[in-house]
Amino acid sequence: MPADVRDVVIIGSGPAGLTAAIYTARANLAPVVLEGEPSSTSDQPGGQLMLTTEVENFPGFPEGVMGPQLMVNFRDQAERFGAQLHTVKASRVDFGQRPFRIWVGDPDAPAPTWLANSVIVSTGAQSLMLGLDNETRLIGHGVSTCATCDGFFFRDQEIAVVGGGDSAVEEASFLTKFASKVTIIHRRDELRASKIMQDRAFANDKIEFHWNGQVSEIIGEDRLEGVVVTDTQDGSTERLDVSGLFVAIGHKPNTDLFDGQLDRKDNGYLVTVPGSSRTNVEGVFACGDVQDDYYRQAITAAGSGCMAAIDAERWLETQH
Amino acid sequence: MAGLITTLSDTTFDEEVGSATEPVVVDFWAEWCGPCKMIAPILAEIAEEHEGSLRIGKLNVDDAPEIARRFEVMSIPTLIVFKDGEPAKRIVGAKGKAQLLDDLADFL
Repeated sequence: MPADVRDVVIIGSGPAGLTAAIYTARANLAPVVLEGEPSSTSDQPGGQLMLTTEVENFPGFPEGVMGPQLMVNFRDQAERFGAQLHTVKASRVDFGQRPFRIWVGDPDAPAPTWLANSVIVSTGAQSLMLGLDNETRLIGHGVSTCATCDGFFFRDQEIAVVGGGDSAVEEASFLTKFASKVTIIHRRDELRASKIMQDRAFANDKIEFHWNGQVSEIIGEDRLEGVVVTDTQDGSTERLDVSGLFVAIGHKPNTDLFDGQLDRKDNGYLVTVPGSSRTNVEGVFACGDVQDDYYRQAITAAGSGCMAAIDAERWLETQH
Repeated sequence: MAGLITTLSDTTFDEEVGSATEPVVVDFWAEWCGPCKMIAPILAEIAEEHEGSLRIGKLNVDDAPEIARRFEVMSIPTLIVFKDGEPAKRIVGAKGKAQLLDDLADFL
């Protein structure tokens, strides 16, 4: 039984999606939010901040705020104005006809789960993995996708973080609260992270750097025992005995769902009309990391979620 | 609903898990773990829907780190299903309800 046609369905529930929900709910558009399903790999309700620790750069929190708590606040605020949140994942969309059609669960079901006059896409991005043998098998046994979840279990142990951006350096700093030594393995000889994060990492006695290194092998049967690092300059290899491995090498957008329906860039991110949240399909708007391969901040995601809400609201007005 | 979930501690763990006649799912969690909070309401639903065939207990790893260590928990949320007091299955990471029920199918 196809539901009633909703004015706005929002797919995704990170800072972008929930900001769009707050704005469209306050505009009396009774938005439905398909917030996703629980996961520990950056594809979950609340988005990437659910897997982070302290957020220090979100305005309005002078003392900082924990990422998961910030997202609980976003969610509560959206619900307060009547946004309807569903802890489910969209499995298929059809933007080729109006109202737009969205499936949850079985993508081959004859009838869509939701019909929508407008759709706001805010499915975000998720962390890249190294793609090595043993990596997936050892998740939960030393290989981690969530520093805030797992740091606690590496008290007084030697661990490694792979990556050189803000996430990598922030995770490494956080993990020094538990670990005796954290080695940052980075394939270049300098960090990409912001200056303040770099200064903090260089000043931290527990953080060591393995420059020009690429993890080429993950070693361990029942639990992680170490990694092999290949030098990107001369190809030499070195084994590093670590009991924990945290990977923070970048992100990929969650856009598979929109394959063939929404225009994407070569790197997979959705294309929006500059200065707006409009996609190539009239009535479908995109916001947050799913369409941002440059800024990728909680605050810019929230800002673009607000844009999408206003774009959707004004577009719906022209349809009546 | 949450009343069906037993709060375990390092003093009650062995008895509660060892004496149960039905399989016990132990949810290793902590206050600071976002994904743990995501699955808490799902576990509450499962506890209610399968009352009688399955028991669910939660163990805060901050309060009982030795038990987490004993079962080599290195990531949370981790769910360990105990059958006759012995670990029979381990589920690592947060998942949706359908996936969790699928993982628990052998014990339902």
